Amino acid sequence: MSQIFDKILIANRGEIALRVIRACREMGIKSVAVHSTADADAMHVRMADESVCIGPAPSSASYLNKAAIISACEITGAQAVHPGYGFLSENAAFAQALEDHGITFIGPKAEHIRIMGDKITAKETAKALGIPVVPGSDGGVPDVETALKVAAEIGYPVIIKATAGGGGRGMKVAKSADELEIAFRTARSESKAAFGNDEVYIEKYLQKPRHIEIQVFGDGKGNAVHLGERDCSLQRRHQKVFEEAPGPCITPALREKIGTICAEAMQKLHYIGAGTIEFLYEDGEFYFIEMNTRLQVEHPVTEAVFRVDLVREQIRVASGLPMSFGQDDLELTGHAIEVRINAERLPNFSPCPGKVKVFHAPGGLGVRMDSALYGGYSIPPYYDSLIGKLIVHGRDRPEALARLKRALSELIVDGIETTVPLFHALLAEPDIQNGDYTIHWLEKWLDSQFG
Amino acid sequence: MNGVTQTVAAPEAVAAAPAAAAVPAAGHAAAPAAAEDPAQHPGAVTSPMVGTTYLAPEPGATPFITVGATVTEGQTLLIIEAMKTMNHIPAPRAGTVKRILVSDGTPVEYGAPLLIIE
Repeated sequence: MSQIFDKILIANRGEIALRVIRACREMGIKSVAVHSTADADAMHVRMADESVCIGPAPSSASYLNKAAIISACEITGAQAVHPGYGFLSENAAFAQALEDHGITFIGPKAEHIRIMGDKITAKETAKALGIPVVPGSDGGVPDVETALKVAAEIGYPVIIKATAGGGGRGMKVAKSADELEIAFRTARSESKAAFGNDEVYIEKYLQKPRHIEIQVFGDGKGNAVHLGERDCSLQRRHQKVFEEAPGPCITPALREKIGTICAEAMQKLHYIGAGTIEFLYEDGEFYFIEMNTRLQVEHPVTEAVFRVDLVREQIRVASGLPMSFGQDDLELTGHAIEVRINAERLPNFSPCPGKVKVFHAPGGLGVRMDSALYGGYSIPPYYDSLIGKLIVHGRDRPEALARLKRALSELIVDGIETTVPLFHALLAEPDIQNGDYTIHWLEKWLDSQFG
Repeated sequence: MNGVTQTVAAPEAVAAAPAAAAVPAAGHAAAPAAAEDPAQHPGAVTSPMVGTTYLAPEPGATPFITVGATVTEGQTLLIIEAMKTMNHIPAPRAGTVKRILVSDGTPVEYGAPLLIIE
């Protein structure tokens, strides 16, 4: 029978470090915070049972310093490491190094991190596991005749992309067969000019996709469940700013279908811990983008609608205990929304570190604020600008929206600029109120507001 | 003030975080003590890594240095074990060992004061 850990080291900072410390405390597990010299006064250091300074301010020498973190485990006697998100959370070499030192990594096996960390291997693995991927040609397309054949199979519109490409060059969209030849030839000549290689491939082109991700959880022994979806379509430069569950356009039948596919894939993989399978969604179809083999920033919306503690569950399965819920125990209730509060100045979202004079977190029914801020705290300039996550839960979407508006008006972060005004403005938009948005909506809206 | 063991052992009371957050002034209260912080001493040699300190090359052997000893730049002062590797910590400059702030087997964090050379 497995014994739960006595002491866990949290290889992270900010709100996620607090999130893990809180779970540890509720489970009767001692927590060790690690920090850089710039974070000596940070809340996670104050809140943990013990703390170890692991290096100077730059993350590369502290929060990414594998040797220092392992050494910190050794001097404190921590038996396991929770990596949070970012930093070393999806670093297979770190997971392996911990294992080699007899320390448990609270996360997936190094092998699974490695597979999902490589774009091509991840897509191949997803496909082999029965997860739907973006339809396209198998590798390069040599000539127009083949291109026409492939495009007809996939269905228009299609996008022609340079095999060697990136950054938008060598990419051309064809809306119909009439446009294909020109698009194909242009993409090839652009690829040749830009990358010295004229090989191109073809994929289905999604015009108005939403970002829908499925939360999965496994015990590493062949049991795995899904916890529905989150709609994270509201993004700026691929950074999510607003996430909700359930997805406004996802029906129970669709959820059941894609959720079951993902859960079964994780059962086959013997996946352990929390994971997220990200999709583009359009017209009732899901197309795999990538899998994140870690706890996500936006996990609280899932916790709210399923009434589970995902961090507690991660710690349980990492220690060898079974999951505390099965698929049948998971019932979706109500609606949850998270907004990411960043220390950034609008409209350019330029980072705005500095001293927080007053911090007041909103409260009341259905409100959760995960933040490592406190009055008098100086936000260091070295790390991520995320300073808090406001999560609300209501019986339905209108109630959650009203609660979000109310909670935002209670939040006080005095002394620095934040993204709070963005959310007040978004909540006034009919498209947001109606849940009618795609992955392009926010950038277009920002352009129209501030462009 | 015990500047050595502070590295790892935070008192239980610190765990009461919301209270700690509400009273950042506590940091100022500690300010007078900080004047004696050996890490701030101009002659302080601080730890370049997290690990466990050893004052001698092996258990029972003669320590690398003693208080009052004269050291030359580059001379080994002590060992810090990190990830099963014994790292020799060299003297950053020549001088006389005024104080040794760690004992054999002390865990140290990054930046912890190890000794004072003047």
